[in-house]
Amino acid sequence: MSADTNEGQERKFKRIGTRPIRHDGLDKVTGRARFGADYALPGMLHGVMVRSPYAHARILSIDISQAEKVPGVRAVVTRDDFPDVPIGWIPAGSTGVDLGANARTVMAREKVLFHGHAFAAVAATTELAAREAGKLIKVEWEVLTPVLSLEQALAKDAPILHEGQETKGDHPTPEGDSNIANQVCFEGGDIAAGFEEADVIVEGHFETPMVHQGYIEPHACLANVREDGTCEVWCPTQGAFGVKGEVASIAGIEPSLVKVTPTEIGGGFGGKIPVYIEPVAVVLSRKAARPVKITMSREEVFRGSGPTSGSRMWARIGAKSDGTFVAVETKFDFEAGAFRGSPVGAACMTVFSPYNCENFRIFGRDIVLNKPRVAAYRAPGAPIGAFAAESLIDELAMKLDRNPIDLRIQNAVAEGDRAKYGPRFGTIGFKEVLEATRSHPHYKAELGPNQGRGVAAGFWFNAGMQSSATVSVNDDGSAVVRTGNPDIGGSRASMALMCAEELGVDVARVRPLVGDTDSVGYCDPTGGSRVTYATGMAVIEATRQVVDHLRARAATIWDIELDAVEWQDGNAVAINGSAEKGSMSLEDIARKMRLTGGPIVSSASVNPPAAGPGFGVHVCDLEVDPETGVSKVIRYTVVQDAGKAIHPTYVEGQYQGGAAQGIGWALNEEYLWDAEGKVENAGFLDYRIPVASDLPMIDTVIVEVANPLHPYGVRGVGETPIVPPLGAVANAMRHATGIRFHRLPMSPPRVLDALDSDGASS
Amino acid sequence: MAKLRVETTINGEETEFLCSGQDSLLDVLRGPLAMTGTKEGCTTGDCGACSIVLDGRLVPSCLVLAAEAEGRVVETIEGVADGQKLTAVQQQFLEHGALQCGICTPGFIIAAEKLLEKNPDPTEEEARYYLAGNLCRCTGYDKIIRAVLDAAAVRREERA
Repeated sequence: MSADTNEGQERKFKRIGTRPIRHDGLDKVTGRARFGADYALPGMLHGVMVRSPYAHARILSIDISQAEKVPGVRAVVTRDDFPDVPIGWIPAGSTGVDLGANARTVMAREKVLFHGHAFAAVAATTELAAREAGKLIKVEWEVLTPVLSLEQALAKDAPILHEGQETKGDHPTPEGDSNIANQVCFEGGDIAAGFEEADVIVEGHFETPMVHQGYIEPHACLANVREDGTCEVWCPTQGAFGVKGEVASIAGIEPSLVKVTPTEIGGGFGGKIPVYIEPVAVVLSRKAARPVKITMSREEVFRGSGPTSGSRMWARIGAKSDGTFVAVETKFDFEAGAFRGSPVGAACMTVFSPYNCENFRIFGRDIVLNKPRVAAYRAPGAPIGAFAAESLIDELAMKLDRNPIDLRIQNAVAEGDRAKYGPRFGTIGFKEVLEATRSHPHYKAELGPNQGRGVAAGFWFNAGMQSSATVSVNDDGSAVVRTGNPDIGGSRASMALMCAEELGVDVARVRPLVGDTDSVGYCDPTGGSRVTYATGMAVIEATRQVVDHLRARAATIWDIELDAVEWQDGNAVAINGSAEKGSMSLEDIARKMRLTGGPIVSSASVNPPAAGPGFGVHVCDLEVDPETGVSKVIRYTVVQDAGKAIHPTYVEGQYQGGAAQGIGWALNEEYLWDAEGKVENAGFLDYRIPVASDLPMIDTVIVEVANPLHPYGVRGVGETPIVPPLGAVANAMRHATGIRFHRLPMSPPRVLDALDSDGASS
Repeated sequence: MAKLRVETTINGEETEFLCSGQDSLLDVLRGPLAMTGTKEGCTTGDCGACSIVLDGRLVPSCLVLAAEAEGRVVETIEGVADGQKLTAVQQQFLEHGALQCGICTPGFIIAAEKLLEKNPDPTEEEARYYLAGNLCRCTGYDKIIRAVLDAAAVRREERA
């Protein structure tokens, strides 16, 4: 769809921007909605993964003979049951894909690379029997020294995780095998001259821990390989087509034989894009000739899925005394976990792109080590980089005695300004968001003792990618809209609203469906904040085609030219000299479909190359108890450009949910490791995500600067809200305590230590 | 090993099932009884997704042995609505959009019903602390708390 179809600024919407009850809501408040673990088949076996007790070890041999003898056991599988998919990095977008690494993440081949890495799986008539059998699998290990920190990974004599892995990417790369998988560098202007010119320089070293997406639903999968080799998979995933491709590649099946049905999904945040158990359930089912279900425990979720990178960062900003940025520079080291692919590239692309600055050098390294392989987590990399950048901008504002929002407005990018990674921004709403924040009552409210206020900004590119939609008209004039994007936060309602807007009918007359891989056109995953934008575009386009059919049917019935029929809010209206024909409702036309040409069904596909970045600014008020180091967010406001809010309730929900995740990351969440590389807090008791009593209401302001790339002006909204909170909370902590924290999380013991030692250990 | 036979009452209906001594009540609800509205998020009592009411008390069903249900009264999400009529809590969850993915929703609704039964007019803080045993990763709790407080108001009006 071209830019000239944009009506986001002028069009008067009837249904877009309203707040109907979501179509799938009833099933979700009554317990009827079926999530991943809720599926079962007759004769189903229970599958369990068998996981490594070592963080780094070579597998010399595996003996499954004793395990196979356990009563009830029907299949035991190891690397020998999977094809050897070659390791090889295929660049894609801001990162890339490595099918061999994906295969080895699911089932270890040469080595186990993190504690909890699966190296076998068992299917049995009971879960207990499967677990017992798992314990009887005999492995001859060559235990290797684990690489458990960035320092260890970069040491001269560091054990190498992947023999033959040479550093890819920009700038002088180390010679020979290296744990540095990739380097990225964006440069512009003259960095030395820039800092020379600066009146003020702020700089700092920052650290963030590995954290998990923390979705409440553990991974689950039911697979059934049938006698003819066809294979059905049910699983909670962000993208069923992705699962289909990965299952085919990793299990060694023709893709055409695989059908994936996405179940309801209990949270993902990026972590349910990759596969972990699906190909294994398929291979177990193939071997046992029975349906197999695998459900991860919470502990397995923490050890064997997700998380996002821990990081070590250095950054500095040089500015003129009037506040103008003249040079920015970073060196970021990100933990990739067991295989290349940390989001350091996206962190580098986003970190200083909200601000104009001619002289820059943004450098980052993607480093493998013996920890779980990272997966996407909501705006991957951007919150980490923004923590460093936004902390430093706050320092700069203090040094220059400037209002932190004014300082950001002074340097903020606008349409036509160049991002650090190359392209120029189109229409964006960063300044509008900053101005809306400055005039918000929260920003002007008084603070009490031991309280501080922090502000931080952030942005995310948002994705376009491929989507398909099919709209069909029922003979009562209602409609069905089908897409392939799992509904992870209310997107069915958004799809139905866009369809209803074009048709001119009540949204309750449109039923939105999420189809399986055999019943809908290809859709890339629900991710990249892309569904309302790209899949929405396909829905609008398909519905417009349906409207053209409806007009044509009316023209046939009236026996007038198509041009003489206009579609007005659910009715065909005769114009251009045929006005005496009057109008005909969608219902009337639908009832006569069989007489006028048969069913009306239209499909559309889109592949928009770009989306339209979303900018957000957060304001956080924090109160710190100096006796205990416990801090509490007492007020929080999210201001963000949505382009156009289709269903404002679920836009607000994204703002609030992203803020809450970011607050958890800032204040409490972190993986804790023992000396052997085992996660010590693999449960929700010790990996503490925010609970209701930790948070205040989270105020939201939806700014709407229409995105010219979408017919209604939509921008993605899902990811941007997690970008600013780390900086916003850290800046609030600085103003509440006088201490600048460079290391997350700012948990009570750390805060207390810092208070007791006058900030020395922060 | 011989199975245990358990007689219990679930959502007002007399029910019997067979279980092993190791099965949790959650296992039996979701497995043999096919009542999958009660969700499993952790099996360690930390997330609240499996909340049920046992003899009038809010409990995580993952920490109750199935055999302990003998002779007791169990209430689950499937029994919350009154026939075809949603409760005020369920209705307010819909009105407020107090769910995104929806996996935590059954547990929250069970817990919120219990809160309002014990305390028909909770403050925001009381609601937040009562529901602190239920984890939600999507919403930031804002709309959940608003839904519960509004449901309390609706219930008070209905009962006035």
